[in-house]
Order: sequence, then structure tokens, then C-alpha cells
Amino acid sequence: MTEPVTTNEPNIIALCCHYCAFTAADLAGTMRLQYPPNIRIVRLPCTGRVDVNMMLQAFVEGADGVMVAGCEVGSCHFIKGNIRAAKRVAYAKKLLAETGINPERLEMFHIAASQGPLFAETATAFTEKIKQLMSQSTTEAPKTPVVAER
Amino acid sequence: MITAERKPFDTVYEFARRHKKVLVLGCGTCVTVCMAGGKKEAEILTSQLTLKARQDGVDLEVEEHTIERQCDREFFDEATQRKIKDADAVISLACGVGVQFCIEVLPDAIVYPGVDTKFYGATIEQGLWSERCGGCGNCVLEQFGGLCPVARCSKSLLNGPCGGSSDGKCEVNSDIDCIWQLIYDRMKKLGRLDELEQNQPAKDWTTGRDGGPRRILREDVTLEANP
Amino acid sequence: MPKSDGRLEQLFEKGHFVVTGELGPPKSVDVDLVKEKAGHLLGCVDAVNITDNQTAIVRMSSFATALLVQGQGLEPVMQITCRDRNRIAIQSDVIGAAAHGIHNILCLTGDHQCFGNHPTSKNVYDIDSIQLIAMIKAMRDEGVFACGEEIRVSKKADVKPPQVFIGAAANPFGDPFEFRVIRLAKKVAAGANFIQTQCIYDMERFAEWMKQVRNRGLHEKVKIIAGVTPLKSVGMAKYMRDSVAGMMVPDSYIDRLNKAENAAEEGIAICIEQMQQLCEIEGVAGIHLMAIEWEHKVKGIVEKAGLLPRPTI
Ligand code: SF4
Ligand code: SF4
Repeated sequence: MTEPVTTNEPNIIALCCHYCAFTAADLAGTMRLQYPPNIRIVRLPCTGRVDVNMMLQAFVEGADGVMVAGCEVGSCHFIKGNIRAAKRVAYAKKLLAETGINPERLEMFHIAASQGPLFAETATAFTEKIKQLMSQSTTEAPKTPVVAER
Repeated sequence: MITAERKPFDTVYEFARRHKKVLVLGCGTCVTVCMAGGKKEAEILTSQLTLKARQDGVDLEVEEHTIERQCDREFFDEATQRKIKDADAVISLACGVGVQFCIEVLPDAIVYPGVDTKFYGATIEQGLWSERCGGCGNCVLEQFGGLCPVARCSKSLLNGPCGGSSDGKCEVNSDIDCIWQLIYDRMKKLGRLDELEQNQPAKDWTTGRDGGPRRILREDVTLEANP
Repeated sequence: MPKSDGRLEQLFEKGHFVVTGELGPPKSVDVDLVKEKAGHLLGCVDAVNITDNQTAIVRMSSFATALLVQGQGLEPVMQITCRDRNRIAIQSDVIGAAAHGIHNILCLTGDHQCFGNHPTSKNVYDIDSIQLIAMIKAMRDEGVFACGEEIRVSKKADVKPPQVFIGAAANPFGDPFEFRVIRLAKKVAAGANFIQTQCIYDMERFAEWMKQVRNRGLHEKVKIIAGVTPLKSVGMAKYMRDSVAGMMVPDSYIDRLNKAENAAEEGIAICIEQMQQLCEIEGVAGIHLMAIEWEHKVKGIVEKAGLLPRPTI
């Protein structure tokens, strides 16, 4: 896909762990559960792969919201990847706030592979939240259009 | 290593917004290890500056580049020099040495410090660094069981703990170990307590900062006659 | 040969049990306050310590205050800390003090500036308290400055060294405990003539420390003056216990203050008991009574402890 996304819908990047949230998203699809189509899922071997700039870079490239979705605490395939990710998310939120971006645009979630419905719910709720933030936001300037993939 | 901490973002952003095109220059040595100014931090700062400028509607182009060391001329290769010249200003994430040396290599460059340089220290654990040496220029570690009272005692005392040492902690702050407690314990373990009973004369500070800015010249390794 | 012409040294020479007091200089040019405090102490103590910007709070200098106190007929012990001045400034003050007939100097490391009202300042700590003692001793006994130069105006002139009686502090309650007596020995070796201790509340630990002092024969080489401070209230006792580095206040005292109808009176009673107990300890050559902002109580305390009148020379 190379066309720029030009809708008014928010662009949301979901950084998903292959072992849980990614599978849950897949399951949601198989179950034909509705969740917003504007979520772009990035499949990662583990949320432990998420580094601080990966999240910031998503915003640089035009994302309106970033969700990081990993395994439930205690069930990381790599033992502590999701816990480390949570710490980095907290740090990245601080960095976002410094740049004047509402840190609520970035959030960490824990979703197990079997929780297709939870994934759909979370994705829907997060999208709503971002929409709301975008409508409230007077200080945050409009984003430049995003090139979805490059 | 030389340790540093990231400068408050607002300060760095104020530097950057004076210009249209800024290069964030990371350093691959000490500040990489202490996670203040390496490649990762350079990337992060670049993202932050880009985002903030966009929020503010400021026209600012930010690029990022990291070299092995900013305190050695040879690492400023052609590509690096070109990037520096192409930018209106550089935000160096090296220690204070690197920032200055960057200007020495490219005297026309405008270079801002992106980190606050702290001390000569060690990584105690990931995310925790601690001071070990004050660069006094005349190392006396041998006399104190390998523990430095110059840098690690809040008062640089050479003759034992002040009256404020309590439960192994320094009077200044209970997060600081009283180095004299550690020196005492170690010398006791080494069976060398008698040495601590000797009075140490006043230190000659001329080998340190108090002797004025210092330099080291080694004729045996210089390549040509030095100025 | 006497080190100084001071009263303190002479009293020791004659074998008297001495009493010293403490006077904190004002945080302003309040000369009357200095005189008033000195008035309370006159005749009750043999000499009075003039603190040097204690707890790193800016006050009238110990040198200037010492001169005012001296003018009131009281003998000062001028305190010098290593926090604010380097060896150049300190030696110049020592010569100046001696020129003005100040006979006693107490050498201290000094509290770190983070405790005071200028925490953003730079400290000095060019030398430590032991090096300070050694430096003043060399000035007095060898007539040389720290750099080795003689203390005289020209090669032909006489050496005119400062004649001062050198004091130092000891904290028997700091850590590591076993190092405390070593540190005292180092101060004695450096040239201390008398020692004033940190205020004592934990009698047992002090007695233990004195035992170590006697084992090393230090009490025969240096005059040890035991420090006491009357507790004014339960709050002060708890503050001393919890917030002052290297200070121990036993719970039994806090209980007594708690139960007392008048905590201040009880504090004084405790202090007098302590003074009497300290007089009995072998090797204790005097009492250093630090009645902080309580100078007017000193007379009563010294009297009830049976230490009045003070000897004359
Ligand atoms: S004695 Fe001097 S050179 Fe040696 S560790 Fe301490 S400050 Fe550094
Ligand atoms: S407490 Fe220990 S480390 Fe702190 S100033 Fe005193 S001797 Fe030095």
C-alpha cells in the first residue's frame, strides 16, 4: 500500500506482540468482530522490541495515537519483555509531554492471544479516545498527512 | 567513563529553534554507555524536536548522526563534516569535551551542548551511575585501600571521617555512602588500619583544577614538534 | 613554655577543672546582642567558643565576634572551619587573631554548606581539621607557614609567630565508632592541646570511648572537655536524635521530658546530672556547656552543678 491516508479518521499505530495481541487481533478478524479500520498493526516478536524512538517515530510519521499491546504480566514469552516495554512507554509519555503532545495519545495494553473480543474493544475505545483528544485539541497543530508505509 | 545527563528538553528546543536546520550529533563512547548521548538518544531527541516544532508551527528541519567519539579528530570523517556544514547548527550530545572539540574541528560550526556533563563514574547497575574519581592529577588511591576520599568524601577529607558520618552514610545525604566508613572497613579487612593512623599532610592541589587548566604532553608519542 | 598567655591554658596548668561556654554570633550587626550574651556568661565560664558560621549559616565572623566578646572581659575560643577558607585565608586569620590577643583557636572541619542558608555555594576544604591543627602548630612552634617560609617580615627581622592554644573537636558518637579514638589520636599527634567533645547524651557510649582514650594514654597528652547541651523540650530532644548526624539521645531522657510538668526545668536537671557524672570520669578535664540561645540559664546550671565560683588567676 503506497497511497497516503487522507481520511479525517485518526491514524493509529498498534505495536503488537506476535504471541498475544497480534494473535488476538487476528482472532478478532476471524470472529468477524468490528474494530476501527484505521488501526495499523505492526507485528513485533515481543513488545520488548519496542524502543523509545519507535514510538516517537510513529508520531513523527504522522500517527495520532500509538498503542503498544503486549502479553499479560507474567506471561511474556521472553519473560520480561512486556514489563520493559511498559517502562519505556512511561518514559516515552514523558518525552511526548515535553514536546507538547498529550501523553494519552500513547498507551500500553495487555491482551492475551485468546482475547479477540478484548482486542476489538480496546482498539475501539482507544480510537474513540484519540478522536476525542483530536477534537478537543486546540494547541496541537494538525498533523502532516501520513505515508502509511515506506 | 565521563557521565552525563540529558539537558531539559525545553532548553535544547530553545537552542534548536534559533535555526532552520539542526544536526543532532551523538557520541558513541562514554555518553552512549551512560545512555545520555548515544545513537539512540540522538534519534529520540531528533524525534522530539521534530514533533515539538511541528506542534508550534515552527519551521525546523532536524537530522541525526552519531560518530564514534567527538573528542578525537579522526572520527570527524568527511561525511560527518559535510553534515555539520550543511546544518545551521549542531546539538552535540557528547560531553563538554566533545562539544568544544567539535568547534575546534569545524571552527565555523555553531555547536550547542545537548547534555549536562556530570562526573567520572562507573555503572553501578543499569540506570545507576556513581562518581568515583575527581581527576585530582595525583592519585592517592593506594593509601586508602583503593577508595577515593578526594572525590567520594563530600569534604575531600584525607584524615578520616568527619563527625557527621552516621551508619555508613554521609552527613550530606543518606543516599551517599560515607567513603570513610568504606575506607575504614576495607583497611581493617586488609589489616592496614595502622596506616590510617598516620597523619596525611595537606594535599598539593596544583596537579588538579586548582593549578589552572591542564594538559598532558608526551614527547615520545607526538608526531611532530608541538607548538 | 606556655603556648599562649590565655586563661584557659593557665587554668589547665594549675590543674583546675574548667568550664567553657558557647556563643553563637548574630545573623546581623547586632553588637548589643553579643554583649548581652557575653554578659550572661561572664564569671560563669572560663572561656567561650565563638562559632564560625555554624551549620553553614552566614553570621558575624567568629573573628569579629571574638573581639567583641574579649572587650567584655571574657576569653574567646575562636573557631575556624575548613569549609569556607583555604590555607592562605586561614593563616592570615590566625596571625590576625594572635595580633589581637585571641589566645585560643578551635580547629574544625565544618558542616557541609548544604545544611545552611547558602546551599548553592562552592566549598573549600583545601585542608582538613587535622591538617589545620598541624598547620597552626607549625606556625606557633616552628615559626613557619604551611609552605615552609618563616613567619617574619624580612630575613633580618625576628620571627614573630602566633602564640595560640590549639583546640580540636571530637565526636565520640560518629561512625565508625572504632575510628573515633584513632581520629582523636591523630588530632593529638597533629598538635591539639585541648579537645571539646560533641554534646553527650549517651553516657554509656561516652564512657566506653573514654576507656579507649585512657587505654591509649591520650588523656595525659591532651585536655578533654566534655560537651553538654541542656534539652529545652521534647521536640528538641527528638530533633537532636533524628536529624543531627552522629547524635544519640537515649529514650530514657525523652521519657523524662515527656513526663515532666516543665520540660525545660527537667532538661536543665538532666544536664546538671550529666555534668556531675562527667566530672567523675577519669580523664575528663572540664565541661563545655553549649546552651544554644539559652545563655541566661548558664549561671544557674553551672552553679547547681557545683562549679561556681570560677577560679581566678
Ligand atoms: S585520588 Fe585523585 S586521581 Fe585518584 S581516584 Fe581520587 S580524584 Fe581520582
Ligand atoms: S560523612 Fe563521610 S563522606 Fe560525608 S563528609 Fe563526612 S567523612 Fe566525608
